Amino acid sequence: MERRKKRFKNFLISLQVGWFLAFRQVKRSSVATTLLIIFVMTLTFLNLVVVRGVLVGLLQGSTDVYKSRFAGDIIITNLPKKNYIENSPSIIEIAGNLPWVDKLTYRYVEGASAEANYKTRIDFTEEPDTTAGSVVGINPALEDAATHISNTVVEGRYLTDNDAEGILIGANMLKKYLDIEAPGLTLLENVAIGDKVRLTIGENRKEFVVLGFLQSKVDQIDFRMFILDTTFRNLAGRGDYNVDEIALVLKEGADEQVVKEALMASGVGEYARVQTWFESLPKFLLDIQNTFGLLGNVVGSIGLVVASITIFIVIFVNAITRKKYIGILKGIGIDKTAIEFAYVLQAFFYASVGVLAGMVIVWGFLVPFVAAHPIKFPFSDGILVAEVPNTIVRAVLLIIATLIAGYIPARIVVKQNTLDAILGRK
Amino acid sequence: MIIAKDIVKTFKSGEKELSVLKGISFEVKSGEFLSITGRSGSGKSTLMYQLGLLDVPTSGKVIIDGKDVSDLSTDERTWVRLSDLGYIFQDYALIPELTALENVLIPLMMLGLTLKDAEAKAVKALERIGLGERLGNVPSQLSGGEQQRVSIARAIAHEPKIVFADEPTANLDSETSKVVLQNFIELNREGQTILMVTHEPEYAALTDRIITLSDGMIVSDTINKNKR
Repeated sequence: MERRKKRFKNFLISLQVGWFLAFRQVKRSSVATTLLIIFVMTLTFLNLVVVRGVLVGLLQGSTDVYKSRFAGDIIITNLPKKNYIENSPSIIEIAGNLPWVDKLTYRYVEGASAEANYKTRIDFTEEPDTTAGSVVGINPALEDAATHISNTVVEGRYLTDNDAEGILIGANMLKKYLDIEAPGLTLLENVAIGDKVRLTIGENRKEFVVLGFLQSKVDQIDFRMFILDTTFRNLAGRGDYNVDEIALVLKEGADEQVVKEALMASGVGEYARVQTWFESLPKFLLDIQNTFGLLGNVVGSIGLVVASITIFIVIFVNAITRKKYIGILKGIGIDKTAIEFAYVLQAFFYASVGVLAGMVIVWGFLVPFVAAHPIKFPFSDGILVAEVPNTIVRAVLLIIATLIAGYIPARIVVKQNTLDAILGRK
Repeated sequence: MIIAKDIVKTFKSGEKELSVLKGISFEVKSGEFLSITGRSGSGKSTLMYQLGLLDVPTSGKVIIDGKDVSDLSTDERTWVRLSDLGYIFQDYALIPELTALENVLIPLMMLGLTLKDAEAKAVKALERIGLGERLGNVPSQLSGGEQQRVSIARAIAHEPKIVFADEPTANLDSETSKVVLQNFIELNREGQTILMVTHEPEYAALTDRIITLSDGMIVSDTINKNKR
């Protein structure tokens, strides 16, 4: 017991002496060198966080838009093998009356084909200018309140209640926005705002005026056409008011699962599929997100190894150039633990200041900047994802790796023969 | 105080063995100011490293205050060096980023003194050798003589049983050397045991006893009756 107590006391003394030496060594070392080491640590931390953050953010941008422009927090859709949500009016009423629901929008969806330039078509042996996809009947005010879909209008204008013959077309149905050749894919060509297109749903056909084009980088908007719900009902024969999609936007702080359970408890599940926005994400998107997360971790791990090697070299060079002084300290009786502490503490200082600077850059500049100016990828507007817990874990990992990388060279040098070190013998 | 018993030190270089110390025995008494002298390569510094526990003899024993310290573990030797011995090296051996005061108080902190107590003791030691005005200067801001005196202050601050000085004046001019040696004489007068290695007969003449080495053996061990 007494021996253990003494050992602990010696350990505390070594820590104190180590701190004393480390503090003065950093304080009186070259400012440029210190800044350079911290800069390297900061870059390493950024490498750890930002590479993964961009990879994950690339998909996060996509899923964020999916949620904000299409699914809301909860999305209610028709059951498999059903053409619409039965009993829709009462479901809309139940959902709308839930205390957590802030905004609600409903959509009628049917497969349709659109044809343009049919009036000027001369050669009937040529293929008509058509495209096929989904047409969606919406209440423009409700839809815009819930999903701000009007912000995705890239040409023309959004629908109003008076546009009974107006249509909005998703950018991916137009050759000018999706200039790719793929087997079976036909896109509308030479369509401009104000042109007329002919929409066919089942047996019914109606002429519409193109009011605007929508582009959101979400297929549920870009591969669809939008008309007024009233027009849709007439054209598709939906006099029963049964819809295909109901998107709910919840109030701030409301729990999606709680709302989903409340809806299920109200019997909505018998007529429709109730999903949180995340559950409704297409599987391939989740797969890609997980893959990118994994890739980010791999790149991060390499970054961690690079950081460890960097700090190892820094501390090793520092310790080896100070071999003589380490020998002197040992010679006059300074415990090796104290000397090792001095180097480990220096490594800790470089790592923690580098990490702190990195965090300030990430959260103070990069995340808000990229959020305000997303990286324009072809299929999404990428943001930088740097969640607090994930970033903290990376910071802690980096610091631990640095401490180990600082300790090993210090130990190697401290272990060398005291007299050889003092006399500069190899 | 310190007894050397049949100290042998050999170095191996490939197949060859080089004997630097060939069975050296003597005793240093408490309060003695002893110099070890001899030509370059005679083994005087090597002898001092064995006695000062900076090196381990190939055979033989070192006894300090009645305790055999030859077979101590590395950590135990470190502790003896810290608590019982003091060192002064030819090239001062100060830590460049520490001030004069900090260089002196580091071993005191390691002995478990609080920073305040260590500081007080270090200031006292530096004032004792006349460096009370240069406490906050780092070694690069001090002259060679001043650096060596800081080194002396570091060696004596914890009141060691014996101070080992390895050619303490080798890098100093004669004027500065005299000041440093004067410090030694004063310390010795106050009771400090000092073992000094020097190749300068003039400086050896200032000590109580002179041991002369040649080819790893003691060729003379004389009491200096003509101590100046």
